[in-house]
Formats: sequence, structure tokens, C-alpha cells
Amino acid sequence: MSIIPAPISRFFHKTASPPHFYALADKLIPWLTVLFLLLLIPGLYGGLVMAPADYQQGDSYRIIYIHVPAAWMSLFIYVLMAIMGGIALVWRIKLAEVMLISSAPIGAGFTFIALVTGSLWGKPMWGTWWVWDARLTSELILLFLYLGVTSLYGAIEDKRDAARAVSILALVGVVNIPIIHYSVEWWNTLHQGPTVSKMDKPSIHISMLIPLLLMAVAFKVYYAIAVLQAAKLQLLKREASAQWVKSLLEKPQ
Amino acid sequence: MSLENFFAMGGYAFYVWTSYGLTLVVLVFNLLSPVVQRKQLLRQLALKQKREQP
Repeated sequence: MSIIPAPISRFFHKTASPPHFYALADKLIPWLTVLFLLLLIPGLYGGLVMAPADYQQGDSYRIIYIHVPAAWMSLFIYVLMAIMGGIALVWRIKLAEVMLISSAPIGAGFTFIALVTGSLWGKPMWGTWWVWDARLTSELILLFLYLGVTSLYGAIEDKRDAARAVSILALVGVVNIPIIHYSVEWWNTLHQGPTVSKMDKPSIHISMLIPLLLMAVAFKVYYAIAVLQAAKLQLLKREASAQWVKSLLEKPQ
Repeated sequence: MSLENFFAMGGYAFYVWTSYGLTLVVLVFNLLSPVVQRKQLLRQLALKQKREQP
């Protein structure tokens, strides 16, 4: 702790304290909701209406505007959870535990979306709903990791012990993330290679790329809103007998 | 682009709209479920507090 300057350390302790964070979440959510809609509406309009049909895949490719951002989120949220797990194990900050466990259902949701929309895109393009290819299989394992975090946390009575267990699970499971990312390069798969991340020369036209990036940022903002809502619930559960919750209950709802 | 063409999605309507519909359902569920649960919890805690007070 001594290597961190005192004012910075104080700032983190204040922000991470449950009552302060609860109030901060209340303040942030309306602004984030406005930002989300400002990104989502042009993203959907650009993707479903403005962007031209693909010259090979016709209009079926429009699934990309949710499939790819959802798949990115499924990896992004898991990495965040592993970081939260590391922080929770080293510094035992309650907020890190709460953010970890609050993120798991949202990450599972995005992983589920990535798998199902991929299946709905694969059927008309590949002629099959599912293949045991490296990308699809490793993404399915990610879904089980997310569900495992939620059920492990629910299965352990003492919530501090439960948080330690899921922190370790989140950290161990992170090895799956580079496997998913590089699966299309390491193995010869049916799933297509990266289109966007080749930043020097993305193989996607600008009128298709802009809505895709708008949707990707919109999904990030959605995650921020959803995780704050979930964290508020988890904080209340964990701190039900704390003084700040008692005074919160006395305020008119 | 006419509205009819828009909904037809070049013949891929089923695949495209099922994808968007399912995504909407999952995202709305994950957003509203903690809000509903929190309201229930707050109501329970408020009742408990009232009972414990003299």
C-alpha cells in the first residue's frame, strides 16, 4: 500500500466503499442510458438499413452487427472478471468481489447470444447449425465457465469464501480467452478468420464497419448499465445489516 | 429500400429477425432481473426493520 500515494489510495477506498458506490451507480445509470441509446439507434439504423447487402452473403450477413459485438463482449467481460478476481484475492476489496459476481450472468448472456446468432448465421451460410470447430467449442466452454462462476458462488454459504472460490475459478478460466481469440488462426476451422482486427487493412467496407463499431461501443455501455444494476442488488444482499442500508430504508422510496 | 424489403431481409428474414429478437430478450432480461429482485429485497428489509423497531 505504501507505494500508492495517500490521496489516490483514499480516492479508491472512498469510491469502493459500498454506500458511496451505491449512490454513484444511481447517478451514473441515467447518463449511461442516454449514451447507450445514442449509440444503439444509429448503430441499428446503419447496420440494418444503410449498409449495403453483402455481395456473397446477401442480407444474412447483417447478423454480424450483434454477433461480433456480443462475441467481443463475451471475451472482454471474462477478462474483467479475472482482473476483479485478482484484486479480490490480493486486496480483499468487497466491491471487486461484487463486480465479479455481478458480471457473470451478463457475460453468460453475451456468450449465449454469440453462440445462438452464430448458429442462425451458420445455418444459411455453412448449411449447418453447429460444428465442433475450435472457435465454436472454445466459446461453448466459455459459456460453461460463466455458468460455473454463478453456480459455485450460489453453492457456498459463506459469501466471503464463495467470493474467494469464484475469484480462483475466474483466474484459472482466463487461459481459455487466448485460445478462443487465436482458434481461427491456430486451427484450420470452418469459422472465418478475423475481419476487423487487422487494423492496417480491415477486410470490411467503411459503411459496414461504422455501424459495427457503434454497436460494439453500445454493447460496452449496456454492460456498464447492467453491471451497475446487478452490483446494487449484490451490495444490498451482502450489506443487508449495515448501517447505510438501514438509513437507505428509512428514506421514502 | 421499401418497408417490405426491409422485413424480408433478402429471404433471410427468419435468421436475421430471430437473432435480433433473441438478443433483445436476453439483454432486457439481464437488465431488468436485478432491478425487480432489488425492489423485492428492499421491501423485505423495510418490513423487517419496521418489525424490529419498538
